[in-house]
Amino acid sequence: MAKTVIPFGPQHPVLPEPIHLSLTVEDEIVTEAIPALGYVHRGLEKLCDIRDIHHMIQIVERVCGICSKIHAMCYCQGIEEMMGVEVPDRAQYLRVIWSELHRVHSHLLWLGLFADAFGFESLFYQFWRIRERVMDINEATTGNRVIVSVNVIGGVRRDLTPDQIRWILSELDIVERETRELESTILDDYTVRKRTVGKGMLTRDQALALGAVGPTLRGSGVKEDARQLGYAAFKDLDFEPIVEQDGDSYARNRVRFRETLQSINLVRQALRKLPEGEIATKVKGFPEGEHTSRVEQPRGELFYYFKADGTKHLDRLRIRTPTFANIPPLAAMLPGIELADVPVVVLSIDPCISCTER
Amino acid sequence: MKFTPMTVNVLKNLFNTKSTRPYPFVVRDPFPDARGELYNEIEKCIFCGSCSRKCPSQCITVDKEKGLWTCDPFACVYCGTCMDVCPVHCLHHKETWRHVTPEREMIVQQGTPPKPKKKKEDAGEGNDKKAAAKKNDAKK
Repeated sequence: MAKTVIPFGPQHPVLPEPIHLSLTVEDEIVTEAIPALGYVHRGLEKLCDIRDIHHMIQIVERVCGICSKIHAMCYCQGIEEMMGVEVPDRAQYLRVIWSELHRVHSHLLWLGLFADAFGFESLFYQFWRIRERVMDINEATTGNRVIVSVNVIGGVRRDLTPDQIRWILSELDIVERETRELESTILDDYTVRKRTVGKGMLTRDQALALGAVGPTLRGSGVKEDARQLGYAAFKDLDFEPIVEQDGDSYARNRVRFRETLQSINLVRQALRKLPEGEIATKVKGFPEGEHTSRVEQPRGELFYYFKADGTKHLDRLRIRTPTFANIPPLAAMLPGIELADVPVVVLSIDPCISCTER
Repeated sequence: MKFTPMTVNVLKNLFNTKSTRPYPFVVRDPFPDARGELYNEIEKCIFCGSCSRKCPSQCITVDKEKGLWTCDPFACVYCGTCMDVCPVHCLHHKETWRHVTPEREMIVQQGTPPKPKKKKEDAGEGNDKKAAAKKNDAKK
């Protein structure tokens, strides 16, 4: 059978974002996949020449809409460590609460999109209906639904009242109950299993060699999570990274579903342990030197590199997002699968191309 | 008599309240403290320009001489930084959003800028007196 090269993307009905893959196909089986990026590059890193360090918080939030809070947290954490600022405990807990809420809504969004990728429209609606409750919590507690803008260097800008805490706990109970109701469908349904089990295999050794991060890495049996570093208030919370051994699309699906429930549990723990006190410290002066900062996003590990010279502008800001690290594993997953399974496997790494290109 | 799960679902859907609402006829009430459209209580404003300097999207311009406060709502990112830094707390977010418009309308508010203090004259007089006193001291 002759080889055929099929262009997949940058605009494809299944993919929400523009990634292009040149798929070499032999007899409906993919033999090679070459990714191409660069369709939504916005030059956000370069903006640190023009905007000062406080303006940059709002700019890094716009690297990615879904994990905006976590980008801002990573940025603020890095700058605070460079300047030697001590963040109040309450602010650390509030940061964890909002970042875990972001993980919940990001995973629910992905579970919906994943169901949509193999044509399970009603499951897609169900997950997005649950997600709406989390978005409401975001709007009521921070003022905005997606890009929440609550971080400042030295703490956070909004506080939670006891009424809001009670309301969030009751809403989370509903979110958990409704998510559990869909467990048997997303994990045990015949259609879901047929389309995901054994598709897009990534072995443990491959995942480690190619530098996979996040649920892609944990789906291949590696117990690694950047939250184990104990940044913000994670050092005081109980959690174990969720690991699945199979390394296929179904394992990654399982990891994300279980992580949704784990994040709800983490928000509850943080709300119960929430200490009293200030929510921000005043920060004076500007950072100097080099520093790195790592946090765990819904998609995996996020890495920031800072270089500053003591002026109000940063010299250099480098952002490595989890999808960027997950593209080489994706290129290794695709050979050997059928052409019809490509959208499902591509979606199984939760690609965020806006993140990757900044 | 046994009901299949599907029948139970159908009955639930028939008698339960709907998950969706018929927008735009029914609109959900906004949450308190939601960040909607920006507005300025212009009588309070002292035209110091803190909001325009701290705005990350640089959508606010302040003209102290004419007493004009302008915001470009298409550039505004609704972060609320201006509200936090305002020394007289005259900036607020409404709970509701702007209506859809085909034309680019700026939010322009006209106020009366505070009168400049007569610092220079006072300071000048003061300096003259001090200089005269010094001269007298020197003569003595």
